[in-house]
Amino acid sequence: MRKNGFARHALIETLHTVQSSFGYLDDDSIRFVARSLRVPLSQAYGVVTFYHHFSLKPPGKHTMTICTGTACYIKGTDKLVAAAEKRLGIPQGQTTKDGKISLMTARCVGACGRAPVILVDGELHGQMPSEQMLEQLERWAVE
Amino acid sequence: MTFEELEQIAESTRAEYAKYDHEINVCMGTGCLSQHSDQLKDALAKAVADQGKNVFVRRTGCMGLCAAGPLVLVDPEEILYQHCKADNAETIAASLGGEPVAELQCNLREHFDQQVHVVLENSGHIDPEKIDDYIARDGYQALLTALSDMTPNGVIRQITESGLRGRGGGGYPTGLKWGTVAKAQGDIKYIICNGDEGDPGAFMDRSVLESDPQRVIEGMSIAAYAVGASKGYVYVRAEYPLAVARLTNCLRDARRRGLLGNNICNTPFNFDVEIRLGAGAFVCGEETALIASIEGKRGTPKPRPPYPAVSGLWGKPTLINNVETFANIAPIIRKGGKWFAGMGSERSKGTKVFALTGKITNTGLVEVPMGIKLRDIIEGIGGGVPDGHTFKAVQTGGPSGGCLPAELLDIGVSYDALVKVGAMMGSGGMIVMDDTSCMVNVARFFIEFCMTESCGKCIPCRAGTAQMHTLLTRICNGSGTMADLDLLVDLCSTVKETSLCGLGQTAPNPVLSTLKYFKHEYIDHIVHKRCPAGVCDIQAPAANAATSEVLA
Repeated sequence: MRKNGFARHALIETLHTVQSSFGYLDDDSIRFVARSLRVPLSQAYGVVTFYHHFSLKPPGKHTMTICTGTACYIKGTDKLVAAAEKRLGIPQGQTTKDGKISLMTARCVGACGRAPVILVDGELHGQMPSEQMLEQLERWAVE
Repeated sequence: MTFEELEQIAESTRAEYAKYDHEINVCMGTGCLSQHSDQLKDALAKAVADQGKNVFVRRTGCMGLCAAGPLVLVDPEEILYQHCKADNAETIAASLGGEPVAELQCNLREHFDQQVHVVLENSGHIDPEKIDDYIARDGYQALLTALSDMTPNGVIRQITESGLRGRGGGGYPTGLKWGTVAKAQGDIKYIICNGDEGDPGAFMDRSVLESDPQRVIEGMSIAAYAVGASKGYVYVRAEYPLAVARLTNCLRDARRRGLLGNNICNTPFNFDVEIRLGAGAFVCGEETALIASIEGKRGTPKPRPPYPAVSGLWGKPTLINNVETFANIAPIIRKGGKWFAGMGSERSKGTKVFALTGKITNTGLVEVPMGIKLRDIIEGIGGGVPDGHTFKAVQTGGPSGGCLPAELLDIGVSYDALVKVGAMMGSGGMIVMDDTSCMVNVARFFIEFCMTESCGKCIPCRAGTAQMHTLLTRICNGSGTMADLDLLVDLCSTVKETSLCGLGQTAPNPVLSTLKYFKHEYIDHIVHKRCPAGVCDIQAPAANAATSEVLA
């Protein structure tokens, strides 16, 4: 916040920093940011819920993000998503009950040349067959 | 910084590289990095050191042919190697000065010969994190020329003469836009570079920012000089961490060299650039929504006019252009507007970068002159559809564009020609589909995208896309009727004509274009209850009656 001179328009930047430090945005942190930047809490909360990037729930220990952009869709990520959902027993956007694995989807990470693409804990893997992805999930599950 | 100093940096950088017998360029764009090209680079550096060769190993940006990555280019012989692994480093190093390694060599003359590189001229040749590399390839000459020899009006005249049109999709003449901002009254003006590349399936902006970020900053500086602005913002998606890191680095270097900041090149011109991160909202690619997002608000569009050129960021006149548009500026100033206008078709000048993806052999980034036939891009440069499948459609322009069938492959690519057939240029994503893709399903995918990305400010877009999605889902699972189809067409025109911003106005395009060219597939789903491509899971109609009602 200090870097941006406590400017009100730096709300999104600040939230980015908070999220990258804590992994998600909880009530306290949103309140704190809103108060420090002198923006209404409603605006801060509105911004957090508007943008997909911000998450209000703590992420799991590991995160599997599957790209569902057009190029990946044409190459069959819908099947990857379905396979992962079936394996973990949770719908996309949720975390398993033991808090180990979060299953997320992203709208295009810009590596369409390597579609279908998944992000394994933020690391990009291209041309992913569904068996390989399930193996990874299996490894995380038994950790 | 003066011309002499710039020339000196360029000379000494060139001399530094001339000491080496060979240069090995390793692609370290996102695509190749995901295949560990960083390890490959280290292995190559170690291998040449072990073998005692006088070789420079350089990290570069994207070389375009992502399908064959990781790529390695050996200069000055210009030998391109594909699918290189760290294990191959020894072999490649040993072959330098002798015969190239045959089994790794990439022989795709057809892919590269038809391309004309203007925006991508430095991609794959320079280290994106070294400003001196950029200067050695004529970087910042255009800015100095503009500052010392040209008036702001002269710059705008050159841009107008070049016929450059906005590369973000709309195709608004850039010179005209600059002129409007220059004439606008106001003590403070802003420059915004739109790098919120939300179109799934497009990655031109990411690639340019990762491979040659200085070029974009130079373009923005020239624009700032032309319109009288002193502050710029680059709005980049948070999904592109590498682009953000390289851009941050590049801004720091430019400041250090005195190419950004106060009194640039000993003139009264001041300009500085800040990065703003997007947070994953497609609608923020729309200019008024993007401005709201920079102001730290929800990214909802505003009705235009007033256009940002008159009242934009914090109510001040604002020039907003796409990354690729800014990347075109420096070459235009350097070589003149006439040179640029000499390329391309009658009303669309210059070149355009396309991201070729989907069911195509050579996926990756290509830059071609405007007016080139779609067939040349897909069958020539792209290498056609792989695995013996047949081409069905090409989708241009992202979720706002349209799907074009094989019959239309002979049209020339230009803004007007694409709009005429119901698609649009968009930012340049080109997704090829073969006979395993169901067009109804694809249309549903795009509407689902627009539905989730709709900001919810205006009713036609918020409710309309949701209802269109319901109708398409019904058609997809076999419970649709012909009445649904009529309703869908009706709804499309309502949403198209009454939505507030570009997202809603263009959201029906994928549906309308698939209906126009692939109506038989819709009929197959509705009447014959079958999916020709075998994608849709058609069930007994009764089971889906419950899904038919959706509240907006």
